[in-house]
Amino acid sequence: MKKQSMMPLIIFGFLVILLVGGLINAKYVRDVPSPLIDKPVPQFSLPMVEDQQKMFNSDELKGQVSLVNIWASWCVSCRAEHEILNYAAKLGVKIYGINYKDEVSDARQWLQMRGNPYVKSAHDLDGRVGIDWGVYGVPETFVIDKKGMIRYKHTGPVYRDDLDKKILPLIKELEAE
Amino acid sequence: MEKNIKQSVFTYLLLILFCVGALQVQAGPRGAPKEPIVFENAQVESDYLELAEELRCLVCQNQNLIDSNAELADDLRREVAKMLKQGKNKEQVTDFMVERYGDFVLYNPPFKAQTLLLWGGPFVLMFWGLFAMLKKIKAGKTENSAESSELSEQEKEKLQAILNNK
Repeated sequence: MKKQSMMPLIIFGFLVILLVGGLINAKYVRDVPSPLIDKPVPQFSLPMVEDQQKMFNSDELKGQVSLVNIWASWCVSCRAEHEILNYAAKLGVKIYGINYKDEVSDARQWLQMRGNPYVKSAHDLDGRVGIDWGVYGVPETFVIDKKGMIRYKHTGPVYRDDLDKKILPLIKELEAE
Repeated sequence: MEKNIKQSVFTYLLLILFCVGALQVQAGPRGAPKEPIVFENAQVESDYLELAEELRCLVCQNQNLIDSNAELADDLRREVAKMLKQGKNKEQVTDFMVERYGDFVLYNPPFKAQTLLLWGGPFVLMFWGLFAMLKKIKAGKTENSAESSELSEQEKEKLQAILNNK
């Protein structure tokens, strides 16, 4: 066979690999890599969901390994992950919430009905703090180290698998640091 | 005939009911009702329009801020407008977005190691195509001139045999 006649086949094979690879990785397309990884947490000071008179300051995130979870009562997939957060909290994971563009009454009702896994939740009514955190789809979960640096970001609901295989081992690792 | 009309009226009623129902269950972020974005300075407005065209909506990822009707796009449009009104220039606004959402937010990403394939790829492909084409043309030319269309002795005999058979 002449060498030249193989060329279209080779190109075709290359294209197949490229396209099939794209299909297999398609679920990651939505995951925009966060530029905030290995950066300090964006500063904020917001009223707490639990008590609007009290403030939740981002400085409190320093000194321990914790999760910051962006949630809202109107967010359907937050419902899916809520049980997982409750479970993680029972395991002793410190979870801080940022309640994103929500009514306080709705947020409180949500916590009452489904349990409150959060140490505390900040009330980000206009979503301005959400922009600083690069939030583009709730729920989002950040892993924060002792120095208050963001070490990992999970976009979308956290499932049991994500918790067991990625988040819990990472927390353990960061606690040893 | 009468029956048909009744049926279609019924169908329409059902349709309206469904639409009303859909309005009820529509879930989304809540917050204070929003004012339209107004500009007093024409330059600021044109800067705003340019930026809103160049920045990507993170929710509907194939739309820019100006096209997208997503809640986040609206928030980001307002943020862009606010920053421009405060006297920040376009570059500062772009940097602000990139710091939070990464290069992905730009429809016109910067040229760097990560985007080398993106920017260079088309040119590599184009030159490769040109090269292949020129090679082919050249090969065709030499083939035509070198290999004459005359038949060899053997072929002539074969041809004669076929013609004779007829």
